[in-house]
Amino acid sequence: MNHDAYDDDYLRGILASVKTIAMVGASEHWNRPSSFAMKYLQSKGYRVIPVNPVAKAPEILGEKVYKSVEEIPFAVDMVDVFRRSEEAPAIVDAAIKKGAKVVWMQIGVRDDEAAAKAEAAGLKVVMNRCPKIEYGRLHGELGWGGANSGIISSKRRKAG
Amino acid sequence: MTKSPPKPGFETLAIHAGASPDPATGARSTPIYQTTAYVFDDVEHAASLFNLQSYGYLYSRLTNPTVSALEERIAALEGGRGAVCTASGHAAQLLAFFTFMEPGDHFIAATKLYGGSITQFGRSFQKFGWQASFADPDEPANFKRAIGPKTKAIFVEQLANPAGAVVDLAAIAKIAHDAGLLFIVDNTMASPYLCRPIECGADLVVHSTTKFLSGHGNAMGGAVVDSGKFDWAKSGKFKSLTEAEPAYHGLKFQETFGDLAFTVHGHAVGLRDLGATMAPLNAFLTITGIETLPLRMERHVANALAVAQFLEKSPAVAWVSYAGLPSSKYFKLAQKYLPRGAGAVFTFGLKGGYDAGIKLVESVNLFSHLANVGDTRSLILHPASTTHRQLTAEQQAAAGAGPEVVRVSVGLETVADLIADLAQGLDKSARG
Repeated sequence: MNHDAYDDDYLRGILASVKTIAMVGASEHWNRPSSFAMKYLQSKGYRVIPVNPVAKAPEILGEKVYKSVEEIPFAVDMVDVFRRSEEAPAIVDAAIKKGAKVVWMQIGVRDDEAAAKAEAAGLKVVMNRCPKIEYGRLHGELGWGGANSGIISSKRRKAG
Repeated sequence: MTKSPPKPGFETLAIHAGASPDPATGARSTPIYQTTAYVFDDVEHAASLFNLQSYGYLYSRLTNPTVSALEERIAALEGGRGAVCTASGHAAQLLAFFTFMEPGDHFIAATKLYGGSITQFGRSFQKFGWQASFADPDEPANFKRAIGPKTKAIFVEQLANPAGAVVDLAAIAKIAHDAGLLFIVDNTMASPYLCRPIECGADLVVHSTTKFLSGHGNAMGGAVVDSGKFDWAKSGKFKSLTEAEPAYHGLKFQETFGDLAFTVHGHAVGLRDLGATMAPLNAFLTITGIETLPLRMERHVANALAVAQFLEKSPAVAWVSYAGLPSSKYFKLAQKYLPRGAGAVFTFGLKGGYDAGIKLVESVNLFSHLANVGDTRSLILHPASTTHRQLTAEQQAAAGAGPEVVRVSVGLETVADLIADLAQGLDKSARG
């Protein structure tokens, strides 16, 4: 699996199949990037479970905060890594153990060894990308702000 | 897993990028969204938009669906991550520098620039405390020598107007990046069909879309394209993109938007506060123009070469400065950076000097005497008496706009008609 460039269909498939996302590093501060991504993904119908061992608030954006992926008492489809690359291997291990189908590492987060381990365990992996940006790009929203989505289509798409 | 289709070619992007059928109506041509504002679903939606948490339209000073279709089109053609369209090319330059310059900061610009850029940089920018110095781009090491502690960027123009100078982009990009500086290229005269500066190391590309992109001389506009590749955090100098922005509750653009930081900032801060927004109608006209950019540029450069070859043989002409001619000192660089043709705007010198220049521009019947370039129509200008008259004699000479110089922008008419018009004009100018 080439992690320098992803096929749009690969990303589309992931975003269409997952419903519940554990976001490791979700911040209780609304002006942090993780909060932007969590709020956006919620608005697109995903359930986002915040994982943050040091958050003071019991809830973030209406969802109970868990201290670790292991602590979440129900299944999650995807683990989104909003932590530094050094922390990725441990979070990937937790995602494999949890039975997640996808590990997604945010912009700037990449660990090829951990990715290979996840893929060997049958998980799909995305690194150095943001699910908010990719969702917006693939659904015709990113271009609203002047971004180059790389999408060419003669089909009418529903916005958002 | 199905494979994605191959990367679309330039001609496909020129027609389709940014312009899927309208999601609301299915309209195939991009509609002109002639509206100032957009309703909010509810207070929460409004808050998300104001906080930059959601994608969406808020107010047309910042973003507009017709304008954003054009932005994506231009970004795609330049191979950039995103683009910000503006009211004019000058507004694009102002917005580009406004994003990262602080009072007391310095940048180095090429001496061979459109005269309006020299005036904007050298005079008006001083009011913001932005210092510009100028270096001859024919010798890239000149830029290196001009770098000081407050220098943040290097700015050059490819096929620099009016003389058609070809700039060694890769060499200057290396000088800029070795010093942690941003490299900005004005690609108005080449258009992305002839030259793609981002592939040669440019971080930002600016355009007057009024010229070849729009192509028909009917719509003002500008654009800044961001490559998405510049690391704003590395040098610690580009604080507006890396440090907390008070007007957005302490948001940090690079941290939050990654390689879209410049594009988001350009709208959310640049257009918000400078207000130099492109009108939706102008965006529509420019979108329509760009659809035929590849075809037009092919004809522009073919006609330009034929006209240049004719002029080179004319007894009234002292010299022709067209990088597509082997006689040009830029010929080799043009082969490297502009393999499809050296543009359609160039200068030539008249043996009869200043008076012959005035006589020629007043004698032609098909060439239009006006201050623009990149029109379907052929245009002619005597820079020393018009666009470059505000410069000193030294600046005029440095910009390739001395008293004997005439500039043409070769259009899409029948080339034999263009040559005949110039022939009769040169006859009259030589007779005095």
